[in-house]
Amino acid sequence: MEHIMLLIIASILVSNVIFSRFLGLCPYFGVSKSISTSLGMGMAVIFVMTLASGITYFIQKLLDHFGIAFLQTIVFILVIASLVQLVEIVLKKISPALYQALGIYLPLITTNCAILGVAILNIQKSYHFVETLIFGFGSAVGFTVALVIFAGVRERLRLSDIPKGMKGPAISFVTAGIIAMAFMGFANLVK
Amino acid sequence: MAHAVKEFSKGIVKENPVFRLMLGLCPALATSTSATDAIGMGLSMTFVLVSSNIVISLIRNFIPDKIRIPAFIVVIASFVTIVDLVLKGFMYDLHKSLGLFIPLIVVNCIILGRAEAFASKNGLFLSILDGLGMGLGFTLALLSLGIVRELLGSGSLFKADLLGPAYPKVIIFILPPGAFITIGLIMGLLNKLENKGGK
Repeated sequence: MEHIMLLIIASILVSNVIFSRFLGLCPYFGVSKSISTSLGMGMAVIFVMTLASGITYFIQKLLDHFGIAFLQTIVFILVIASLVQLVEIVLKKISPALYQALGIYLPLITTNCAILGVAILNIQKSYHFVETLIFGFGSAVGFTVALVIFAGVRERLRLSDIPKGMKGPAISFVTAGIIAMAFMGFANLVK
Repeated sequence: MAHAVKEFSKGIVKENPVFRLMLGLCPALATSTSATDAIGMGLSMTFVLVSSNIVISLIRNFIPDKIRIPAFIVVIASFVTIVDLVLKGFMYDLHKSLGLFIPLIVVNCIILGRAEAFASKNGLFLSILDGLGMGLGFTLALLSLGIVRELLGSGSLFKADLLGPAYPKVIIFILPPGAFITIGLIMGLLNKLENKGGK
């Protein structure tokens, strides 16, 4: 139990997907314009990443069984792409309300390298099934936390007086760097 | 000919994938801790970009429109697997330090973006030039990040100690926060230069 708790804390704070692993930066800078869109994106990522981690765990077992582990990259990306499509169709049918909330973010997730990255990390760290699910979920929560904090800062930033050359993406990157520094404070939380 | 030169050079400055289009940020920030890694990543990326542009521009008339994206992804993923295996076989150290970011070339928006926006609509020759230009632009962006970060963070360049033991190493620059701050400042500098040139 203690081990699981540590894994959750580690994946959310200590090795945050954005600030220490550099995964999923494109959506991070793309959709962090307001807090509400970043919450929506975060929820969609939590949903898909947990699911994708679970499924790729079994896919890898299958690949190992047939001795074709070198096909990992190709198979994983196709599985994730079709999973996203499937989730979209199922959500539309079962829960139109949830689809309304997450719908526009789902297609963007296929090209979110955090999903594939976390799936491959799970295999590299040879986690068992429960750990895989926890790590996937925790990483996605970490992504959401980072996204929401950054969106909050950016909403304020729009009102502040920034030198002309630093406007737009330039100041966003420096801001992200400072938040990342703050996140480094968690570095020794879990050994 | 002027047209061809334009397709080649646009990726390097005007539409630089990292500094201008903000694509491919993950590998750009993660693998630019040293100039050597930056070049390794940049060249792997260029190889995948050029090869997938070649194949996609050759088969663009045979792919049904509806399944073109999955088809592109399979082509790209095959080349990424080739790069992964070649690096593992011949340059193990580089493979180890680039790590996760080699398989992640697959989901890099630059490659799929070029396949969709350029190679699927243009002929072989222009597609090769486009891939080369974008790849070189990416490599140069990574290299400039890598040089700044390695010089400030570890006082060396291409793993050779330049500034000597007396230099106080600013370790933050080879850690993640330094990557964000460096790219932000370089973008600011580019904006400044551009504003000056416009006047």
